[in-house]
Amino acid sequence: MSDIQTIGAVAEDRIAVASNWTLVWWRFRRHHLALFSAGLLICMYLVVLCPEFFSTQNPERTDARQAFIPVQALHFFDDGWNPWVPAIVGKRNPVTLRMEWTTDPQRKVHVSFFTPGEPYSVFGLFQTNIHLLGAVDPAQRIFLLGSDRLGRDQWSRIMRGTQTSMTVGLVAVTLSVIFGVVLGGISGYFGGFTDQVIQRLIELLQSVPTIPIWLALSAALPRDWTPIQVFFAITVILSLVGWTTLAREVRGRFLALREEDFVLAARLAGCSRMRIILRHMVPTFLSHIIATSSLAIPVMIINETSLSFLGLGIRPPAISWGVLLQEAQNIQTLALAPWLMIPGLIVIVAVLAFNLVGDGLRDASDPYSH
Amino acid sequence: MTAPLLDVRGLKKHFPIAKGLFHRVTGHVRAVDDVSFTVQEGEALGLVGESGCGKTTTARCILRAIDPTEGSILYRMRDDSVVDLAPMSVGELGPLRKEIQMIFQDPFGSLNPRMTLFDNVGEPLLVNGMRRRRERMDRVAELLRLVGLRPEFMHRFPHAFSGGQRQRIGIARALATGPRLVVADEPVSALDVSVQAQVLNLLLELQSRLRLTFLFVAHDLSVVRHICDRVAVMYVGQLVELAPTDAVFRRPRHPYTAALMRAVPVPDPRVPGSDAILKGEVPSPASPPSGCYFHPRCMFAEERCRQDAPLLQEVTPGHFARCHFAGELQLGTGQAA
Amino acid sequence: MPPIPTVTDPLLRVRDLRVSFRLDEGTVRAVDGVSFDVFPGQVVGIVGESGCGKSVTMRAVLQLIDPPGRITGGEILYRRGATPIDLTRLSPRGRLMRDLRGAEIALIPQEPMAAFSPVHTVGAQIIEAIMLHERVGRDEARARTVELFRDVGISMAESRIDAYSWQLSGGLRQRAMIAMALSCKPRLLIADEPTTAIDVTTQAQILALLRELQRKYDTAIIFITHDLGVIAQMANYVVVMYLGRIMEEGPVDEIFHAPLHPYTRALLRSIPSLNSETRTVLPVIAGALPHPFNRPPGCPFHPRCGDILGDRCATAVPALHALGPRRAVSCFLHSELAEPA
Repeated sequence: MSDIQTIGAVAEDRIAVASNWTLVWWRFRRHHLALFSAGLLICMYLVVLCPEFFSTQNPERTDARQAFIPVQALHFFDDGWNPWVPAIVGKRNPVTLRMEWTTDPQRKVHVSFFTPGEPYSVFGLFQTNIHLLGAVDPAQRIFLLGSDRLGRDQWSRIMRGTQTSMTVGLVAVTLSVIFGVVLGGISGYFGGFTDQVIQRLIELLQSVPTIPIWLALSAALPRDWTPIQVFFAITVILSLVGWTTLAREVRGRFLALREEDFVLAARLAGCSRMRIILRHMVPTFLSHIIATSSLAIPVMIINETSLSFLGLGIRPPAISWGVLLQEAQNIQTLALAPWLMIPGLIVIVAVLAFNLVGDGLRDASDPYSH
Repeated sequence: MTAPLLDVRGLKKHFPIAKGLFHRVTGHVRAVDDVSFTVQEGEALGLVGESGCGKTTTARCILRAIDPTEGSILYRMRDDSVVDLAPMSVGELGPLRKEIQMIFQDPFGSLNPRMTLFDNVGEPLLVNGMRRRRERMDRVAELLRLVGLRPEFMHRFPHAFSGGQRQRIGIARALATGPRLVVADEPVSALDVSVQAQVLNLLLELQSRLRLTFLFVAHDLSVVRHICDRVAVMYVGQLVELAPTDAVFRRPRHPYTAALMRAVPVPDPRVPGSDAILKGEVPSPASPPSGCYFHPRCMFAEERCRQDAPLLQEVTPGHFARCHFAGELQLGTGQAA
Repeated sequence: MPPIPTVTDPLLRVRDLRVSFRLDEGTVRAVDGVSFDVFPGQVVGIVGESGCGKSVTMRAVLQLIDPPGRITGGEILYRRGATPIDLTRLSPRGRLMRDLRGAEIALIPQEPMAAFSPVHTVGAQIIEAIMLHERVGRDEARARTVELFRDVGISMAESRIDAYSWQLSGGLRQRAMIAMALSCKPRLLIADEPTTAIDVTTQAQILALLRELQRKYDTAIIFITHDLGVIAQMANYVVVMYLGRIMEEGPVDEIFHAPLHPYTRALLRSIPSLNSETRTVLPVIAGALPHPFNRPPGCPFHPRCGDILGDRCATAVPALHALGPRRAVSCFLHSELAEPA
C-alpha cells in the first residue's frame, strides 16, 4: 500500500478516538484571532491572581506634589539590554501656578525586572517584595502610565482595577450560570406548571428596565459596608438580571434534546431521569453554555464599569476600571491629562477579547454540526 | 399454539389540538384509532403505511415512549405470565425495559456523539445492573462482533463511523440487554442503497440466531416483503389489512394496499409504470372522511362506503381486511412476476 | 461559418467535468472527470449513492457551486442558437448565466418547502419569475400561472395560486414547484431527487405528471436520484456514478438488463424487490461507502468490488471508455484504458 494511505489511516484513527473536547479544541485552534484573545485574557487573569507583583508601586500611595505626571514610556535598550524610562522634569507655570511636567529622554531612570520593592503577600500565604518591574534605585518612583490628580500611579491602579473588574465579571457570570442552568433545566425538563411559573418570572425580570433597577438596588446598599461587601453585593445585583437569558437558552436546549433519538434510547435502556440529565443532556449543551457565558462576561464587565463610573457601583477606596474612569469624568482633566483615559482602553480590549473568544468557542462548540 | 408474545388490543392515541391563548382543546388528532394485532414469538410483523398513518405512534406506544390514550398492550413474560404495559407507571416499566428494545431510523441522531461505542452500547448494561467495567467490556466486545464490527473499535466515537456502521452500533445497543421484542423503526430507510442489504441480512441473521421477535415499522414495501412474516397496513390511524406477507403480496384484499404496491416503482424499465395511480391525498387524522376513510380515493367506492365504516374482517384464514368488498374485489398489484 | 446544429446534436454536453472542494481537512474531489450528453427531449438519469457527486454535477451545470467548491476542469457546453456556450466560462452571477438559469435551464429541488419563500404566495413567486424572464404584463403572467397550475394537476388553480407554500401539502407543493420550473418553458429541466421527501403514492403521481409534461413540452430532463426503481421508470439514458466518477452510462434498458460495471451489477442484485422470496439472504456489496476524504487510490470501487483484477485496480484509475456511440464504462474488465497518472 502507498504511504499516503497509511498516513490517512493514522489521521483517521486520531479523529476516531477524539473526544468532544478534543474536537472543540481542534476547531477553536483554527480561529487565530480567538486564540490570540484567549492568550490576552490568560495574561489578564494572571494579573487578577496577583496584581501586586505586576505593580510598580502601592496603588493607594498619594503624593500631591507628583500629580498629573505624564506617561513614562518604557525603553528596553540602551547600549544593549538595559531597560530605562525617561526622567520627569517639573516646572511651575508662572501664570496658572500649576506644575507642568515633561519627560527628558536625556536623563534616564534605569529600571530592572524582578526587582525588590514594596513588600506584599501572595494569596495571604507568604510575604515577598519581588515585583515584575521597578526602579533600580528604590527611592525613585516610576509612572509607566502616568499619575492622577492625587499623584497615584495609574499603572499600579490599573493592575488592582483589573483584579476587581475581571473578578466581578467572572463571579457574576458564574452566579448567572448557576441560576440559569438550574432554573432553566427545571423549566425545560419538567415543563407544565413549573415551566409556566419560571417563564413568567423571567419575563417579569426581563421587562424591568435594568439601569433604574440597578441604580435603586445599589443606592440601597448601606453606606457603611466594607468595599468587600459592596463588591459582592454588586456581583449579586448584576447576576440577578443576567441569569434570565441563560435560563431561556438552557430551557430551549432541554426541550430540543428531550426529542433527540439518543435521549429516547437512554430512556428505553432504563436510565433514570437524573442519569439522562447528567450523562446525556448536560454534556451536550455544556460547550454551548461555556460559549454563552464567555459572551456574558464582557456584558457584566461593562455593567460594572458603568455603575462604578456613575458612582453607584464599587466605590473608592476600592479600585475598579469604572472607579478609575471616574477620574476622567471632566473635560478639564481630559485636556490636561489624556492618559487618564487609558483604563477605558483596557475595558475595550478586555471586552473585545472576551467577545472574540466567545465567538470562537460558539463556532467550535458543536463539532458535529456539519 | 402458545399465547402471542405481544397482544395489542384497541390501542388508541389521540393528541389534543389546542388553540388560542388559553390552549383550549378544540379537537383531537386520532393518530392511532383502535388498532389491534398480535405478534407471535419469533415472528416479524411489518407495520407499513405512508407518513402520518400512525405506524410510528403505534410503535412508540408499545415501547411506552409515549402514553397510549386507551387500549391494552399485553406482553407475555418469560414465565408465561401476561402483563399489560399500557397502564404501567415509569417505575413499573423499569424492569421491562430490557425485554423490549428499539432500533432507530436515523443512525446519526440515535447515538450520543459524546460517548464512545463502549459507553453507548454498554449503557443499557450498566443501568440494568452490570456494574463491573471488565464484565461490560467483554459483553460489548461480544455484541460488536455479533453485529459485524471489530471489538477494537470500542473506544472510538460514533463520528468515526459511516451510516451503515452506526446502524450496526445501534443494533448492538438494542441487543445489549438480551431483549425478546425488538421494535425497528425504519431501520434501513436512511441508509445508502449499497449498505441497506447488509443491514437487512444482519437483521435476518440476528433474528434467527437469537430467536428475536420483530415489530418492523417501514414505508418501503420491498423491505417489508423481504423481512416480515406478516404485514399490517395502516391508513389514517387504522389497520386496513393484516395478513401473511405472501398472501398480501400475491393477492391484496384492500384497495389501498393494492394501490400502495402499484405505486412502488419497479427497478426494471421493461415493466411499465402503472396507469391506475391513486388520486388525491391522505386525509388528515384530525378530520377523517365519513364511512370508510379510504372512500374518497378508492376507485371501487360505492354509496355504502360513504356511509358505513367497514370493520376489519377475516377474508380468508389469517387474512384480515377493512373493506366492504374485500371478498369480491380482484386487485392487481401492477408488478410483473 | 459555424456548422448548423442538427436535431441529433446534444443540448448539453458535459466533458471531463471536475469540481473540488478545498476544506481545512484537505481537498475533496467531488466530481472527477464526468462526461455525458443530454439530447433534446431526452431524460437522462444520474443515479448514485451519497457522496457520488450527482448533486454537485447538477449544481455545476447551474453554476451554483459555492466556495470552497470550484470547477477545476472540463467544460459544460450548452447549445443555444448556432454555437454552444461553455457554461464553466460564464460568470456565475453574470447576465447571461442569470438569463439561462430559470428560463432555459430550470431546477426542481428536493425540498420544495425550502425553495418557496414563506412570506409570499406561491403564485406571486411564479408570476415574478415569468415577468423577470419575459416581457409580459402582470395579468398575462397571472393567467399563465393559473394555466400552469392546471397543467400540473392542481385543482382549484385560481384560488390555490394565492396560497402560501406552508398551506399546501407536500404533494401540492412539489406540483407548484414543477409549475414554477416550467413557467418559462425551459429546454432543460434538472430534477434533484424530486420525490425523495414524499410518500410513495404521491411519488407515483408526481412521476406520472413529470412523464406526461415531458412528452407534452418535449423538455430534456436530468433526473437525479438514488432510487433505481424511479430511474427505471423515468429515464431514457442512465449515468451511474460512484465517488465522483462515472462507473458506466448507457440506454436504460442496457443498464438494467446488461449492466457491465461490477458496481451496477452488485447494486441491482442487492436491492430487495416486491417479488423476492421472504426471508432470503440478499447478495450484498461488501464494506462501507468511503468518506470523500479517504477516497481509495485506483478505481474508487475496487475495495468493495467482487471482480477485482489484482493490483491494477488498486493503483490505476480506469478511464471512461466508450463502447459505442451511447455506451461507456470505466472498468478494467472491459478496457485496459487508464486515466493518466
